[in-house]
Amino acid sequence: MAHIADVTFNLLFDGLAYGMILFIISVGLSVTMGLMGFVNLAHGAFAMAGGFVTVTLVGKLGMPFLPALLLASVVVGAASVPFERLLYRRLYKAGELDQVLMSVGLVLIAGAAFTFVYGPAPQALKLPAALDGPVTVFGQSLSAYRLFMVAVGFLLIAALWFAFERTGVGARVRAAVDNRRMAQSLGIDVDLLFTLTFALGSGLAALGGGLAVDITGLTPAFAVQYLVFFLIVVAVGGLGSLKGAFVAALLLGIIDNAGKYLYPEGGGYFIYAATMLLLLLRPAGLYGRG
Amino acid sequence: MAAADSAVTFLTERHRWHWSEALPWIVAVGCFFVFPGYLAFGAQILIAILFALSLDLILGYAGIVTLGHAAFFGAGAYTAGLLAARLGWSEPLSCLVLGAVAAAALGFVSGWFLLRYAGLTLLMLTLAAAVLLSEFANAQADITGGFDGVTGIEMWPLFGVFNYDLYGHTNYVYALATLFAVFLAARRIVHSPFGQALIGIRENTNRMRAIGSPVHRRLVTVYTISAGMAGIAGALFAETNAFVTLDVLSFQRSAAVLVMLIFGGTGRLYGAFFGAAIYMLLEHNLAKLNPQFWEFGLGAALVLTVLFARRGLLGLVEDFGARFRSAPS
Repeated sequence: MAHIADVTFNLLFDGLAYGMILFIISVGLSVTMGLMGFVNLAHGAFAMAGGFVTVTLVGKLGMPFLPALLLASVVVGAASVPFERLLYRRLYKAGELDQVLMSVGLVLIAGAAFTFVYGPAPQALKLPAALDGPVTVFGQSLSAYRLFMVAVGFLLIAALWFAFERTGVGARVRAAVDNRRMAQSLGIDVDLLFTLTFALGSGLAALGGGLAVDITGLTPAFAVQYLVFFLIVVAVGGLGSLKGAFVAALLLGIIDNAGKYLYPEGGGYFIYAATMLLLLLRPAGLYGRG
Repeated sequence: MAAADSAVTFLTERHRWHWSEALPWIVAVGCFFVFPGYLAFGAQILIAILFALSLDLILGYAGIVTLGHAAFFGAGAYTAGLLAARLGWSEPLSCLVLGAVAAAALGFVSGWFLLRYAGLTLLMLTLAAAVLLSEFANAQADITGGFDGVTGIEMWPLFGVFNYDLYGHTNYVYALATLFAVFLAARRIVHSPFGQALIGIRENTNRMRAIGSPVHRRLVTVYTISAGMAGIAGALFAETNAFVTLDVLSFQRSAAVLVMLIFGGTGRLYGAFFGAAIYMLLEHNLAKLNPQFWEFGLGAALVLTVLFARRGLLGLVEDFGARFRSAPS
C-alpha cells in the first residue's frame, strides 16, 4: 500500500508541475482571447521564443538561469507588441477563420525561422545546481525543479489575481472583457489595454516556455506540438477566466500525466475525450459565460 | 418587366456551364499526355483537389470552420486500406464506396453532435474529435499497425481489366474520373435550392432560422456529404499509395487542406482546383530544395492572403479581369 501511495503522490506532483507550465503559458492566451475574441493559434510560438531566448542567454552568454528567464520574458513581451500593432489588430473584427489562418501562418514562420537559426535538434539547458536533483520534503523525495515550478505557478496566480482584482488596470481589463463598447464609452482606452495585455500574455508565455525546456524539451516544433493543449486549457477553462485557466491547466496536467503513466498505449486519449465531453455539456467552458 | 426578366435570366443562366469551366479539365487531360513521367504525382494532386473540394462544400458554402477535416480523409483511407490489407477484399471501386460510407457515417454522427455549436467551441470540438480519432487509430495498433501504419495494400485491377503500372497511368485516369464524378455532384448540390439555403446559413444563421429553415438538419446533411467526399479522397489515397499511416489523420493534414482552399478561394468550387494544385506543386519543388524555405514561404503566403487577398487566387484573377474589362470605358 505504501508503494501505491508513493506512486499516486508522485503522479499527482508531476502532473501538478506539468499543469503549472500549461497554466503559465496559457493564461495569457485566455485573457487575450477573452478580451479581444481573437483565436490566436500562434500563442505557443511566443512560448517557444521564450524557450529559445532563455537557452541562448544561459548557454551562449553564460547568464544565470533565473535572470535569463525574466529577461527572456521581457524581451519576448516587448517583441510581441509590433505583431499586435501591425498584424493582430487588423483582424480583431474578422471571423475566426481569418484569425486561425493568420496565426497558423505565424506559427509556420516561427517554426521555420527557429529551425533556420537553431537547427531541428532538441535544445539542452543546464539548470543551476540548486534546482538540479532531488530534495526531501516531508519524507518524500521530490525533484527540486518541479517543486520550484509549482511554487512559481502559485506565486504567479497570486500576483495575477491581485493585478486583476485589486488594481485599477485590472478593473479596466475586466470591464473590457465584460463589455468592450461600454468600457470604451466610459473613456477606457481599450486599444492600449489590448496592447498591454497582449504583451503581458506573450511575456508570460515566454516565461512558461523557458520553464518548460527542462520538462517538455524544446525543438522548433514546440508551438505546433502543444498548440492543442493551450487551446484546450482556454476553451475548457472558459475565455478570459483566470480561475478557469488555472483549474483547467491543473486538471489537464494531472489527467494527462496519469493517463500516460497508467495507460501508455492510449497516449493522450483521456484528455481529448474529456475535453469533448466537457465542451458538449458546457460549450462556454467551466467558468465561461455562455 | 425588364428587371424581372433579367432576374429570371440570372437565376436560370448561372447554373449553365461557362466555357472557362472546361479549362481545368483540359489541363488535367493534357497533363496525361504532356507529362507521362509525373502521373503518380499528378494523381496525388487530383486527390488533394478532391479533398479540398469536399472542404469547400462545408467551409465555402455552409460557413462551417473546421480544424478536423482530416478525420474523414483518414476514415476513408483506413477503411480502404484495412479492407485490402487485412480482410483480403481489394476491389478498388467498392473500397472507394465503402470508404465514403464509413467517412459519411462518421460525419453524420459527429456532425449531429458538433454542429449545434459555433465559433471557438466548434473549432475546438472538431479539432479534438480528429485528434481523438488519431489517438484511437494509434492505440488499436494490432489492427491499424499503429505508428507504422497499414502496409501491403494491393488492389485488384480496375474493373478486373486495368492493371497498375509503375508510371501511374491507370491511377491518374482513375483519380481524374473519380474527381470529375464527385465534382459533378458537388456542382449540382451547390446550385440546388439546398445549396442556396446553405449560403443563407453562412451569411446569416439567425435569419435562416427566423424564416423557418431547418438549419441544423441542413448543416448535418452537407457535413455528411462532405465527409463522404473526403472519405473518397482518402480511399483513393490509400489505393494509389498502397500504404496508410497515422499521417492521414494528422492536424497538419487538416490545416494543409484548409490552406489549399484559402489559397484558391472559398465558395467557388474551382478554388479547390487552383489552390490544391499550386500548393502541391510548390511543396513538391520547394520542400525538396529546403524544407524551412517552404515552411516560411507558406506561413508568409498565409498571412498575406488573409490580409490582402481574402478571396484567394481566383478572387485576385476576377478582380484583375474586372479592372481589365472596365479599363477601356
